[in-house]
Amino acid sequence: MNYADPVEAARDAGKRTHHFHGGLKLKHNKHISCLVPVKRPPLPEFLVVPLLQHAGDVAEPFVKAGDHVLKGQQIGLCEPCAAIHAPTSGTVEAIENRLMTHSSGMTGPCVVIRPDGKDQWVELKPITDVLNTSSDSLINQLQECGIAGLGGAVFPTHTKTLDGRERQIHTLILNGSECEPYISCDEMLMREQPEKIVLGARILRRALGAEQVVIAIEDQMGAVQEALTYAAECAECTSILVVKVTKIYPEGGERQLIKVLTGLEVPAGGRPSDLGLVCQNVATAAAVADAVLEGKPLIERYITVTGNGILHPRNFLALIGTPFSHLVEACGGYTEDVARLVVGGPMMGYPVSSDSTPVVKASNCILALTQKDITTPQAEMPCIRCGECSRACPASLLPQQLHLQIRNSMWDEAQEYGLLACIECGCCDFVCPSHIPLVQWFRYGKGQLRQRAIETQATDIARERFEAREARLLRKKQERAEKMARRKQMLKDKVAHKTTANKPDGKEADA
Amino acid sequence: MLTAILTLTVLGLALGLGLGWAGIRLKVDTDPVVDRIDALLPQTQCGQCGYPGCRPYAEAISKEEADINQCPPGGETGIRALADLLGREEKPLNPENGEEKPKTVVVIDELRCIGCTLCIQACPVDAIVGAAKLMHTVIESECTGCNLCLPPCPVDCIDIIETTTGISQWRSPRPAENLYPATAQ
Repeated sequence: MNYADPVEAARDAGKRTHHFHGGLKLKHNKHISCLVPVKRPPLPEFLVVPLLQHAGDVAEPFVKAGDHVLKGQQIGLCEPCAAIHAPTSGTVEAIENRLMTHSSGMTGPCVVIRPDGKDQWVELKPITDVLNTSSDSLINQLQECGIAGLGGAVFPTHTKTLDGRERQIHTLILNGSECEPYISCDEMLMREQPEKIVLGARILRRALGAEQVVIAIEDQMGAVQEALTYAAECAECTSILVVKVTKIYPEGGERQLIKVLTGLEVPAGGRPSDLGLVCQNVATAAAVADAVLEGKPLIERYITVTGNGILHPRNFLALIGTPFSHLVEACGGYTEDVARLVVGGPMMGYPVSSDSTPVVKASNCILALTQKDITTPQAEMPCIRCGECSRACPASLLPQQLHLQIRNSMWDEAQEYGLLACIECGCCDFVCPSHIPLVQWFRYGKGQLRQRAIETQATDIARERFEAREARLLRKKQERAEKMARRKQMLKDKVAHKTTANKPDGKEADA
Repeated sequence: MLTAILTLTVLGLALGLGLGWAGIRLKVDTDPVVDRIDALLPQTQCGQCGYPGCRPYAEAISKEEADINQCPPGGETGIRALADLLGREEKPLNPENGEEKPKTVVVIDELRCIGCTLCIQACPVDAIVGAAKLMHTVIESECTGCNLCLPPCPVDCIDIIETTTGISQWRSPRPAENLYPATAQ
C-alpha cells in the first residue's frame, strides 16, 4: 500500500486481509448451540428492565408503579443516551433496585413489568420511504428506538452515526466475526436474517453518508457468506463486500478487525473514524433495519445459552428483561454437574452468582460451565519475564511491565505504557506460565486510572473556583477601599468648601 | 598555547553570554515547585492544615515552613506523593490536623434554612447558592466536603452525607494477593 494518507489507504478495506499482532487460536465450541433454529422463549412471569443499559447515566423513568404499558412504549430516557422501552404490554409492578447484569454484582434501578400476555404494540412510526428521508431523521429514529451497539459496548448508535457523518467516513464495517468461543448468536442471526442485515447496512450507510460497506465474517461460517452475498445481490447493492477473515481470537475486536481488513492501526487514543471508518455489529444493523422500516424499538435480541452445563444449548430471540433463569429453563435446565455461570464468553465474560439477572442490550451469551471446563485456580507464581504475554497481546502492549506498574501503583507510568489501550481480551492470562491473573490487574488498573482522571478534573474545578473567589474578594475589598477613599475625599472637599465659603481668605490656608 | 587560550576565552565568553541571555529571557515568574505541590493537594480548601487554602499550604511547604503531613483529605497517598516530589521522608498524618475520612458532601435542609447567607460567605469554592432571607442550597457536584459551612450556621440545618456510589462509579477491585509461597503454608 503506497498511499500517503491513511484515510485513503483505508478505502481498500477488505480487498486483502492482513494480520494483527498476537492473538490465540482457540477451540471454538460454537456448534453445540447452532444445531437448532432460533426461537422466542415463552413470556416470563416478570420482565425486569434495568434503567442503565448503555454507556452513560441512569435513565429517568417515565412510568410509575401501577401504570399500564404497551409493547414498545418508551419507559425511560437519558439524554444523550438511547431510550429504553417496554418489551411487552403489561403492568408496571414496581420501580426498584434489583440485581443488575454487571460484573460488580451491584443492584440498580429497574422497571419490573408483569406481562398481560396480549403483547399489544404501541402505535409504531416506521419510515417507509428511506431514500427520501434525511440523514437527520434517520439518526433521530435510531435514538427514539433505543438502538445501541449490540457487540457488547452498548454505545448509543445515533451518537456514533452522528460522529461518523461529521467526520465524513467512507466505509462502514459490519462486524460479524464473533471471535469468542461458544458464542453463536451473531452467526445464527446472519444465517437466518441476512436480508435484514443488508437492509440495516444500507440504512446505516445512508445515515452516515458512507460509500461502501464491508461485512466481516469468520472463515468457518460456511454458508453465511453466500447468504449475505445473495441478500446483497437481491437488493441490487454492489457496494457491499462480504469478507471472510481467519479465525484468530480476538479478531472481532474493533481495532483488530480494522487491522485485519486494512492493514492499518487505529491510533492509540483515537477512533476508527480517524481512518474514515465506522464499525458496527451485524446485530446492530439488523436492529437498525427493524427500527427504521418497522418502527420497532430495540426490545429483543439474539442470545446464546450454551456450555456443557446446559441440557440443550441453543440460541434465543429473547425480550430485554427476561431473567436468565427463564432462558435456562427453556433450554431444559442445567445439567447435574454445572459449576459456574458466566455472562459473555469464556475469555471476556464475568461469572455471576445468581441467574435471576435479566437479559440486557449488552448480553450476547449465557455460558454454564461444568467443573471439567474450569481450570482449577492455581496459586500465582512470580513473573519470570518470559515475554509470552507480550507475544500474545493483540494490542501490542507489554503486559508484564504493566502488571508490575499497577501492582506498585505507578499510575503515570502505566498510562504511559498504554494501559488504557488494553481490551481485556484475556490472551495474556491464557498464556501466562506463572498463572498471574493479568486481566484482573488490568481491569483494576484501568478503573483506577479512570477514577484518577475524574478526581483530577474535580480538583482542577475546585482550584479554579477557589482562585476565582479569592480574586473576587480581593477586587471587592479594593473597590470598597476606593469607595471609602472617594467618600472621604468628597467629605473633605465639602468641609473645605464650607470653610472657604465662610472665610474668604480660607482658600490660601487650604492650599 | 595562544590558540588554546584564545579558543577557551572565546568559548567561555560565548557560553556565558548564552547563559546570561537564557537567564533573562527564559525566566519563570511563579515558583514551579509551589505549582507542583499545589497540583498534588486535594483542593478541598478546608483549612485543616492550618492555612487558609491549598495554595497557601503549598507555599508554606515550599518555604519549609509547614510539614508535608498536615493534609487529612489528601491522606496517606497525598503524603506519599508529596514526599516523592520533594525528596523528603514519608511520615504518618499529623493527628492534630484531623484524620483521613471518606469523601463527603453537605446538604442544606431547606425547611430549616432561614436564609442568613453565613454559609455562602464561608464556602471557599462558591458551591452554595441563595440570597438573603431566601432558601439556600448546595451544588453537590461542586462541594469539596470541607465542612467550613457547618460552624457559622445558626440553625444547624446543614448535614454531612456520604457521596452515593452507583454502578457507574464502581471500579474493579484490586485482585487478591495469591502468591505461591503464601498459599503453600
